[in-house]
Amino acid sequence: MEIENLDRIVREHPFFAGLDEAFVRLVCGCASNVRFEPGQYLCREGGSTDRFFLIRHGRVALQYAAPGRGEMTFQTVGEGEIVGVSWLIPPYHWTHDAKATSQVRAIAMDARCLRDKCEADHHLGYELMKRFVPVLVARLQATRLQILDVYGTPA
Amino acid sequence: MAPPPDAVAPAPAPVTGADPLIPRVARIRTRRRETGDVFTIDIEPDGPGGGVFAAGQFNMLTAFGVGEVPISLSGDPGDPSRLIHTIRDVGAVTAALGRLKKGGLIGLRGPFGRGWPMEAAAGRDVVLVAGGVALAPLRPALYRLLAERERYGNVTLLYGARSPDDILYRRELEKLRRRFDVDIEVTVDHAGSAWHGHVGVVTTLIPRAAIEPSNTVAFICGPEVMTRFTIMALREAGVADDAIHIAMERNMKCAAGFCGRCQFGGDFVCRDGPVFPYARVRPILHLKEI
Repeated sequence: MEIENLDRIVREHPFFAGLDEAFVRLVCGCASNVRFEPGQYLCREGGSTDRFFLIRHGRVALQYAAPGRGEMTFQTVGEGEIVGVSWLIPPYHWTHDAKATSQVRAIAMDARCLRDKCEADHHLGYELMKRFVPVLVARLQATRLQILDVYGTPA
Repeated sequence: MAPPPDAVAPAPAPVTGADPLIPRVARIRTRRRETGDVFTIDIEPDGPGGGVFAAGQFNMLTAFGVGEVPISLSGDPGDPSRLIHTIRDVGAVTAALGRLKKGGLIGLRGPFGRGWPMEAAAGRDVVLVAGGVALAPLRPALYRLLAERERYGNVTLLYGARSPDDILYRRELEKLRRRFDVDIEVTVDHAGSAWHGHVGVVTTLIPRAAIEPSNTVAFICGPEVMTRFTIMALREAGVADDAIHIAMERNMKCAAGFCGRCQFGGDFVCRDGPVFPYARVRPILHLKEI
C-alpha cells in the first residue's frame, strides 16, 4: 500500500510527468516520503548530496550564509519543483543551504541509488537528463536576469 | 500590421483642446516617498475633466528650467480628481521633480498614448506581470479590473522587485492580497532572512501561477529584457501571442507623434503605444538596431 502510494505520488509529480511506467517503478525504488518543519534544513552547504528532493508542498529557500550578513536567499523553490542538482556531478556536494520556510512535504530520492540505476540503464539516465537539463537552463536564465539587475537599472 | 479591432485602448485627445505641445502649469498636491529612489506626486487636475485618462497612458511633466520627461499615470482612472505619477529618480529632470514640495509648480502635458486593452480583456482571465518601478503603469489597469471585477475572469498580478525594500506600493499590495478575488504574488531578486516570500526573477512565478492559457490576456510592463523573458514564459505556458500586450519604453520628446524620437519600426511609441499587442511588435522586438 505504502509503495503503491509512493508510486502514485512520484508519477503525479510534474518533474516525472510522462515517465514510462517501468522507469517510474525503478525510480520509486530510490524514493521515500519526507517532511520538514519551518526552519529545518533539507541540506547544508558542503554536505554530501546523498539525496535530492521533489517538492510536493511548501516552500524552500536556497541560501548562502556569510559572516556579518546572515542568510542570503537567492532562490525559492515550491510545489512541483526540485531541490538539488549537485547529485549529478562529482564530487556530489551541496553548494548551498536549503531551508524550509513553511512546512514542506517532499519525495527524497536516494542519489547513489539513482546514479547506480542510471549507470545500469542509460535510457533511464537519458530520461532523467531530459528532465534535469530544462531545470538547469531555466535557473541559468533566471540567474542571468538577476545578475543584470534589470529592475535596478533604468531601461 | 494593423492591430485587431479593440485590441488597444483608444487614445483620448489631450484634455485642454489646446496645442498638445504647450504645457499647462499644474500644482503638486501631495508628495510621498515610496522607496529609496522612487516617489509619488499627486497633481491637481486643471479644471473639470483635467484628470481623465485611460489606464496605461502617460503625461509629460516639466521641471521648469531643467527639462521634461514622460511619466506614466499610476492612479485610478475612475477618480479624475487626482493625477498621480510615481517617479524614479534617475536623472536631472526626475531629480528636480523629486525636490519639489507640496504646492510646487510643474509643467503638464497629456495624457498621451494608447493604454491597456481593458475592453478587449473583458470576460477573460487577466494576468499582469510587472517588474520594479514599472508596476506604476500597470496599477491603473489593476484598479479598473477591481472596480469592474464582475466583468473579468481570474485576476492575477505577478510582481518582481529588486529586494524587499524596493517593493512599490507595498502596503497597498499587502492589503489587496487579503481580497479573495485577486491573486497577487511578489518575488524579489535578493533577500535576507527576514523575507519569507518568493525569491527569484518574476518569470519564475509564471509556471507557478494557475493560468488557463486559452482564456488569458496578459499585460506586461517592465524593463525590456524582463519583458522578452516574460513573453517566453507566457508562451511556454500556452498563452497566445495575440493575447499578450506589452508596454514599450523609448525616449519620447514631443509625445504627440511629430518628432520621431520614439520611432519603433513603423510606429511611434508615444502615439501608437506605449502599450502594444505583442503580435504587432513581435517581428522587430528582438532587433537591437530598432
